[in-house]
Amino acid sequence: MATISPRLALVAGALALGLSSGANADATASMLANTCAGCHGTLGQSAGPASPIIAGINRVVFVDMMQGYKSGDIYSTIMGRIAKGYTDEEFEKMAEFFNTQEFKPAQQDYDKALVDQGAKLHEKYCENCHAEGGIPLRDPETGEDAEDFYLLAGQWTPYLEFTMSDFREDRREIPKKMRSKLDDLLEKDGDAGLAAVFAFYASQQ
Amino acid sequence: MKINRRDFVKVAGAATAVGLVGAPHLAFGATQKVVIVGGGTGGATAAKYIKMADSSIDVTVIEPNKEYITCYLSNEVLGGERTLDSLKVGYEGLKAHGINVVHDTATGIDAEKKVVKTAGGTEFGFDRCIVAPGIQLLYDKVEGYSEEAAQKLPHAWKAGEQTMILRKQLEDMEDGGVVVISAPANPFRCPPGPYERASQIAHYFKASKPKSKVIILDAKQAFSKQGLFTKAWERLYGFGTDNALIEWRPGPDAAVASVNVDDMTVETGFGDEIKAAVINIIPPQRAGEIAQTSGLADDSGWCPVDPRSFESKLQSGVHVIGDACIAGAMPKSAYAANSQAKVAAAAVVAMLKGEEPGTPSYVNTCYSIVGTDYGISVAGVYRLSADGSAIEDVKFTGPDGTEVSAGGVTPADAPDWALAREVQYAYSWYKNIVGDSFG
Repeated sequence: MATISPRLALVAGALALGLSSGANADATASMLANTCAGCHGTLGQSAGPASPIIAGINRVVFVDMMQGYKSGDIYSTIMGRIAKGYTDEEFEKMAEFFNTQEFKPAQQDYDKALVDQGAKLHEKYCENCHAEGGIPLRDPETGEDAEDFYLLAGQWTPYLEFTMSDFREDRREIPKKMRSKLDDLLEKDGDAGLAAVFAFYASQQ
Repeated sequence: MKINRRDFVKVAGAATAVGLVGAPHLAFGATQKVVIVGGGTGGATAAKYIKMADSSIDVTVIEPNKEYITCYLSNEVLGGERTLDSLKVGYEGLKAHGINVVHDTATGIDAEKKVVKTAGGTEFGFDRCIVAPGIQLLYDKVEGYSEEAAQKLPHAWKAGEQTMILRKQLEDMEDGGVVVISAPANPFRCPPGPYERASQIAHYFKASKPKSKVIILDAKQAFSKQGLFTKAWERLYGFGTDNALIEWRPGPDAAVASVNVDDMTVETGFGDEIKAAVINIIPPQRAGEIAQTSGLADDSGWCPVDPRSFESKLQSGVHVIGDACIAGAMPKSAYAANSQAKVAAAAVVAMLKGEEPGTPSYVNTCYSIVGTDYGISVAGVYRLSADGSAIEDVKFTGPDGTEVSAGGVTPADAPDWALAREVQYAYSWYKNIVGDSFG
């Protein structure tokens, strides 16, 4: 399984080994996951505009992010406060639950005039790690995730904007490679370039 | 040996299963029926999640109103930031799940005969019943106040016409007037609600009637998210200064003891008389009327339940969820009702199969919008206590080794951009909880 960052590789290893620290995780996956729906939509299909869709999310990414929220390594307004109430084993159950839900792209407005430029910028700066424009990467045979991915294509734009601002303001650790690609993009195309990339993601409905 | 009810359910379930194998013709009569009394956030969510878990169960929701108007975000109508129409949701979503929605008023629940009776004269038989009646307002707890008086001194604690009466009074009042909000003692629906309301009215005054003032006469000495509210009021509304748009007077002295509808005055427990241009009485509350008349409420006025299944401790086969039930650490909020509904739905589906309910998990999340780009929130993660008797906070070990509850409120030092972001998440919360409950 390909991994996007060294941090994810650690989580993937833990998942593969079945490591967990859960003690009282006897609630079912759906019982745990359904508590998320009030903010993230039934089965993780958020109606937006700011809470992200988590239906179809990659398991490794889900667990890594929840651990990051819980520890404070990844900034959040509220997710970290809630994440503190769950064990790794519970995160894994929820990850499995949401991973198996169908991701449906957000139906949202975007600036059509920016899409072509955004597609080119994505290809140049992002595609190397966020393959296929940031869609869920499934093995067509098994339906399992072929590699790790973040849900970018069809994700709610305000959420992507918040997340990008957290990366830029050092509220969330940014992988070295992403830092240098982002710096390049911003140097050549500025915030307008970033807006074009977001329009491209939003256009993939 | 004493057989408890849960064991009995198991045995009975097994017997039914055996019976069905031997007598297939009985299968037609074996469709399990769930009747849900009340189509608010809790009742709607329970109906939807039962159907999602097992579409063979026949689910009927009995609700008098053709559309639901959410209380949540209705304070924004008072602040002039939102229309009442934007808070309306219909029942097409539930119907699309195959749920029967009957617009009628439940008048009685007979737990022994397993029947719900309605004002329309229909009887609905059930295998299990879920009651989500919300709250009943106790007008007579405030001397001089009544349902009739609420036409002039609105409570606006159930969204709809009452919200619009209060909004119109705010629009019509002269600048320089006083608005009194009477906040009740605990427990009551939406603990941060009176303070978000004061914030939204002050938000309106700041732009349109800057010489006016909101005075909160509180039965309590402390309130939900208090530190965050008072900080926001200091920053936005001059709280604590001579020009404050909001003043808070703590109980029990400040509690409103009586109102004079003709004179537009209130008298506090201490004996102070205050004349106001607008009087908003949020009276004490108890579980909705059907819970009282069907023997589901205890002396406290609220409904004791088994927190694993939300089955009533007073009437077997009947579950009570949402504001009406006694749910330990969980507040009376929409998110809590939505979360409890899912626990009850899973329990009902299990119990109808003769199985024991599984381990529950509960969450609460609620936002208050206190001004432009200024949102604050509270969250809680809950579990069943080890002895199964109560809903308690999930704790984690903090950096200094002490046990701390998960969840909690917006950090006191949250920067402006984060408070603005919370407003965007509040709107997302709204769209998602409405969709999750009714969609």
